[in-house]
Amino acid sequence: MPVIFITDAFLFLLVMMVIAYTLYARQHAHLRVPWHDVAQRPLAMSAAIILVVYVVVGLLDSMHFHPRLEATATHDAIYSSEVVSVLDLMLEDLYQNTERTYSAPLASHAFSKEMLDLPDGKQIRDYPRLIYGGAHLDDPAVERGADIAKHILVGLAYGLVISLVVSSVILFLLSRAHQLSFKQTWHKAWHNNFVVSWTAIIITLNFIILLACSIYSLAQHYHVFGTDKVGQDVLYQAIKSVRTGLVIGTLTTLVMLPFAIMMGLMAGYFRGWIDDVIQYLYTTLNSIPGVLLIAASILLLQVYISNHANDFNSPEQRADLRLLFLCIILGITSWTGLCRLLRAETLKLREIEYVQAAKAFGVSHFGIMLRHLLPNVMHIVMISIVIDFSGLVLAEAVLSYMNIGVDPGMNSWGNMINSARLEMAREPIVWWSLVAAFIFMFVLVLAANLFSDAVRDAFDPRLRH
Amino acid sequence: MMSYILRRIAYAFPILVGVNIITFVLFFVVNTPDDMARMQLGMKRVSEAAITKWKAERGYDKQILWNTDAESFEKLTDTLFFQNSVKLFLFDFGRSDSGRDIGYDISQRMWPSLAIAFPSLIIGLLTCITCGLILAFFRGSYVDFSGVIICVVMMSISGLFYIIGGQYLIGKLLHLVPISGYDTGLNAIKFTILPVLVGLIGGIGASTRWYRTIFLEEMGKDYVRTAKAKGLSESRVLYRHVLTNGLIPILTGVVVILPSLFMGSLIVESFFAVPGLGSYTIDAINAQDFAIVRSMVFLGSVLYIVGLILTDISYTLVDPRVRLN
Repeated sequence: MPVIFITDAFLFLLVMMVIAYTLYARQHAHLRVPWHDVAQRPLAMSAAIILVVYVVVGLLDSMHFHPRLEATATHDAIYSSEVVSVLDLMLEDLYQNTERTYSAPLASHAFSKEMLDLPDGKQIRDYPRLIYGGAHLDDPAVERGADIAKHILVGLAYGLVISLVVSSVILFLLSRAHQLSFKQTWHKAWHNNFVVSWTAIIITLNFIILLACSIYSLAQHYHVFGTDKVGQDVLYQAIKSVRTGLVIGTLTTLVMLPFAIMMGLMAGYFRGWIDDVIQYLYTTLNSIPGVLLIAASILLLQVYISNHANDFNSPEQRADLRLLFLCIILGITSWTGLCRLLRAETLKLREIEYVQAAKAFGVSHFGIMLRHLLPNVMHIVMISIVIDFSGLVLAEAVLSYMNIGVDPGMNSWGNMINSARLEMAREPIVWWSLVAAFIFMFVLVLAANLFSDAVRDAFDPRLRH
Repeated sequence: MMSYILRRIAYAFPILVGVNIITFVLFFVVNTPDDMARMQLGMKRVSEAAITKWKAERGYDKQILWNTDAESFEKLTDTLFFQNSVKLFLFDFGRSDSGRDIGYDISQRMWPSLAIAFPSLIIGLLTCITCGLILAFFRGSYVDFSGVIICVVMMSISGLFYIIGGQYLIGKLLHLVPISGYDTGLNAIKFTILPVLVGLIGGIGASTRWYRTIFLEEMGKDYVRTAKAKGLSESRVLYRHVLTNGLIPILTGVVVILPSLFMGSLIVESFFAVPGLGSYTIDAINAQDFAIVRSMVFLGSVLYIVGLILTDISYTLVDPRVRLN
């Protein structure tokens, strides 16, 4: 039985908007040309592929449903009250195979000593074997290294086959589309002569496939990133956190965009008292320290939630509402920058002949803003969306660290870092939760930064040659 | 000049009123004193009497805007809004929900914040301007290319990583400086080294890349070509012309954050246990002490607006083309 959280709905709305935008951009040369420029850059295309992988993971994690427990003759179907996502089904092994407490990456023994019963009735204090990690080994001390190497190699072998198939399919489709022979296609792709930098895409895809296959192969028998305090697989948490990061990075922009565009255009176009009011509004909001405004609002939300505890069906729903609320608050604190840019640009545009001509023809104010101003400031909006994304992903971690981020029960990189931080004082140090969260976050933000650089270079008329 | 400054201050006043109203609405209307009392005293099973007592102790039991019970002037002054929000304009922050004098706490705690934030800013500026200038000097070469890549990579790493990594590497493994804490007087220096260093490394990527763009923009201008045509050496053009002109946007951009340095950095201070205003705010957030959070919101806005005014003034001082209007 499907369940749709509010943020799920927004995410899918966003996907539809991106598809609609793509179709629109294909039709219009002024959008098509800069996007082709982006597609030509190998680095940008590698980054885009990585982003796509993250988005796919995030979307799989956004299809929630109540799993069916059983269907008997007497009952119809019974649904569990638990909410799971499609991604959870795919990662069921990772989710189910929990240990009792901390274990290091790829370990076969637990991280801390416990009292163990020996077969002869005596007790000793030693590291217990893990329930799942390396459980198939008879003597981990001897076999573990070779076994890990074996699993990586097996994974790589499968990965190699898959990546060969994927690359050939892409090249085959390319050669069909351009009516070239396979060899010509290969040649042309290698020299980056297509509109899209296919070599970068294929290389990045192959790399991801190889990495994913070897990790998958290892994850069958080990906890690749270890386990956390309650024994949950850290790799699972890190993958589940992808959705949270994406939601924060994209929904925030989506929420603030209508305000920023409307206010910016109106202030620049009408000038006079409307401009004064809007400028006053954003200077006031801007002068409140953003973190404090977020903190205050989250505190208020906590009060609201605890006063209306009965209105929520599940903790997931509550966490989801908090996530949405966080996006809205982040949006309120961050729309001012874009608004100011749009106002400045509109002030310039409104004096240009075609706007004056439209005015002389009696086009309504709304019509002028929609038809003549909006399309000409869209590049600023575009650039600001992609640049804000990485900053927002990083901000989530910081806010969660201060307990004013997402719900503490929600999987997020910030929460992983926050809970791991408390274990920093342990000796030896529990580092894997931190490292896993930082790696996942770093790859996403780096890809976003590289991609946004390319988008900015392609869309900013000052940089275009 | 004087009248310009006065006019700017007059403009700032409505903004502060706006901030004040927003914070008041957030803290007293959306979230009523009753909610606050329940939060502080424990959510469930709080008697009405306990809530009334809690509110009375803090003066939260007054009417919101207009006190119908009071005499003449007190109708206006003896209200929630006047007592808690209007007084902020006089920098009378009142007492925190736990009973401490907020004004005194702020005056004590701003100095450690400044001791971290000011060196971070100066050292950061010097380093990033130098790096930016070097990259701009080697523009288009492999030095420039790899420098930009390093900047992007460093930008993409979470600031928390630098803090945790710095604490672990320098404090715990190498035992060079204390991991966290603070001390008075000159002893404070050894405690400030690590936070300043972490702040520097955390910000170097974004700033260097930005400064490089600024310098490159300057290098493309006509006066640089003229200077080169005159036969000036590349380094002389760089130092005399590009650097001085490029510094205008950089330094005026810094002016806006100068007053806010007092507020300190929330994250850095709480990680390094520096008793500054940043950690004060974080503690207040975690203890849900709304009185402190409210005061800090107001103080932060005031400092930001002062920064805006200073920026405008500095523009007129640095760039003779800007007129006071």
